[in-house]
Amino acid sequence: MKRTATAALAVVLLATAGCTNEGGGSGSSGASVPGVTDSEIVVGTHMPLTGPAAAGYSKIAPATKAYFDYVNANGGVHGRKISYKIKDDGYNPANTQTVVRELVLQDKVFAILNGLGTPTHTGVLDFLKTNRVPDLFVASGSRSWNQPDKYPGTFGFNPDYTVEGKILGTYVKENLAGKKTCFLGQDDDFGRDSLAGIEKVLGPVAAKESYVTSNPNVGPQMGALKAAGCEVVVLATVPGFTALSIGTAAKIAFKPQFVVSNVGADPTTVGKTLGAAAPLMEGLVATNYLPLNNDDANPWIQLFKKVNAAHNGNAEFDNNIVYGMSVGYLFVQALQAAGKDLTREKIIEAVQKNGFQGPGTVPLRFSAQDHSGYGGEQLTKIQGGKAVYFGTPYTTDDKDGPVAPYTGQAVAPPQSGVPAA
Amino acid sequence: MTDVQQKANAAPVPDVGSAVPKRRRRLHPALVIAAGAVLVVALTYMLPPFRNYQLATMGAYFCVTAGLTVLTGLNGQLSLGHGALMATGAYTLALTQNKWVNLPLSFAVAVVVTTVAGAVIGLAAARLRGPYLAGLTLAVAIVVPSVTSTFDETFNSDQGLSVILNPPPETIPMERWQAWLCWGAALAVVLLLALLIRGRFGRDLRAVRDDETAAKLAGINIARTQVLAFVVSAVCAGVSGALFAVLAQSVSPGAFPLTLSLFLVMAIVIGGLGSLFGALWGAVLLVVLPTLAQSVGEQTGSQQLEGNLALVVFGVVLVVVMLAAPGGLASIPSRISRLIRRNR
Repeated sequence: MKRTATAALAVVLLATAGCTNEGGGSGSSGASVPGVTDSEIVVGTHMPLTGPAAAGYSKIAPATKAYFDYVNANGGVHGRKISYKIKDDGYNPANTQTVVRELVLQDKVFAILNGLGTPTHTGVLDFLKTNRVPDLFVASGSRSWNQPDKYPGTFGFNPDYTVEGKILGTYVKENLAGKKTCFLGQDDDFGRDSLAGIEKVLGPVAAKESYVTSNPNVGPQMGALKAAGCEVVVLATVPGFTALSIGTAAKIAFKPQFVVSNVGADPTTVGKTLGAAAPLMEGLVATNYLPLNNDDANPWIQLFKKVNAAHNGNAEFDNNIVYGMSVGYLFVQALQAAGKDLTREKIIEAVQKNGFQGPGTVPLRFSAQDHSGYGGEQLTKIQGGKAVYFGTPYTTDDKDGPVAPYTGQAVAPPQSGVPAA
Repeated sequence: MTDVQQKANAAPVPDVGSAVPKRRRRLHPALVIAAGAVLVVALTYMLPPFRNYQLATMGAYFCVTAGLTVLTGLNGQLSLGHGALMATGAYTLALTQNKWVNLPLSFAVAVVVTTVAGAVIGLAAARLRGPYLAGLTLAVAIVVPSVTSTFDETFNSDQGLSVILNPPPETIPMERWQAWLCWGAALAVVLLLALLIRGRFGRDLRAVRDDETAAKLAGINIARTQVLAFVVSAVCAGVSGALFAVLAQSVSPGAFPLTLSLFLVMAIVIGGLGSLFGALWGAVLLVVLPTLAQSVGEQTGSQQLEGNLALVVFGVVLVVVMLAAPGGLASIPSRISRLIRRNR
């Protein structure tokens, strides 16, 4: 018994102490900002690379990394190369806790960039706050990221779901007036915030249903919507459930006009899930705020395709890759703005000062009082299997502000593909 | 008939369970636990914060593996639903904590609620054997996510609840405080279990496991013993779940999937079924193996591999341990000493 005890405890010791000294290589620079040396900036992220939410989303972080590799190949930022540590959390909040602690406490990252998911990221907000780690451009449209008083270091990236709901609602109001409009959404902040936005514009919907990702069957929901006589169905769904909803509706001969949130509307991801039934997506209306992957004339797409070929193993070029590289571009802009003597305070200051111009069709609205991301979206329609933009971009807020057309011009990327200081 | 009765009278229950090889002088559990406590406190001062967090996670796992090994190893009831009992403890803690923000109270409520849940499942379980029991507990593990989405007003569906916590005093780093909390609970749980299985209750457990008819003849109430064993292990799972809720500052069905229940069973089998030290080994493995898989995945450069590799690593370890040491990791020292003695 005694010997077993000693043996067992020795293993605990070995297991824990054995790799104590790996990582944590913040070194030479005088002020010693975590993750920053004269030659390197280490940032980290948590993403679902495996598990139920991995479809599509697992391509985002590698795309961001590819853009950083491109920047590094062009001399880096202020002479520093960006090293991006990607950790898989399988979309499980318990894993997120572990991997984010590993990134912050052991790998000593400078910041967490683009951590994905509302339930996963919610759990690490307090941890990141108490450790004063900048929590930049969270990959989700939950309004939780926009609480500057409570979480001064957290900033969103996506337009929040209420903003999106208001824009989707405005489209329905202007183009499908008088039709019976219904709603299917995820049973969490995503679905609820989206519905709140839609109902702000349209008033109460005729029927509303919800689903959970752990139960891949929306048969009852689609049946109920059909029975309610819905002519328009707004979906606040992730890509897998967009495909499931469209497919299930077709099976029961239910043919409403689908209007879909941007997070669940990437034609490549949804089309792949639908397989041979992909033509069902024809005519689907969705929103976006970044250049579309199939718009070869767009200079941003040309740049991102070049980066994708050189640094991302020429992965299939979809909107997830556009998203990942746009995040990378924004982060490099923030680093440039923070200046040569990089500190955590300086980058937060730089983000709050805003003034970034990038791939987005609408401006970012960061300020000291506002930590939400993009302030609006534009509508897309699937025609001939490809998504195309139509109409003008709209901007609005998550309160009662109007949904206003945005007339500003999109900018072209700099010649080098790397934002200047 | 008289023969059997005489036998039962002459050789009462203790012998049934004393398959343990050689009676070495046993240390009192309290001494072992005290030594463990000293070691844990020392470790929390030596280790960097992230290792402290992993240490805390081990403590949280230790609670549930200890309870499960008593149920499965000593009483012979197989449960594939302990992840769900952990979820019960975790959700109870989250709901209580968000209402009153009083950690000791929340833990107490979590214990009470899992006791009730354990009693309900245990009462049904006592009527079932082998695969039927495994099936029942499996159903419990699968029902939990549906409960959270059916009553989404209370449990907030897949998104789960966040847990409001008062930060520890400024002077204690968060991770060290977490390690103390988890190991404090784990050591208390294990001490109680050790005292419990040393005495009459432990003999009853083993007697019921080995031969129900003989146990009944010896005057043991089979059903009561089985239900009690289930309740005891359910409480351990509840405490463990509550600790995880504190560690993750959130609870969601995704944190307690079916694979967690299966991992727990695998961990106690690899560690050494029926031994509390085996449960410790199991808890250590539950933290170390995924980390190992992750670093292997990172080194091979395939990030998609990471999440799946943990399963493979677990499977390989299970096969190797079962071939090399059928009694689990905890049996290795005694096997070695036996080998040495034989060769002398």
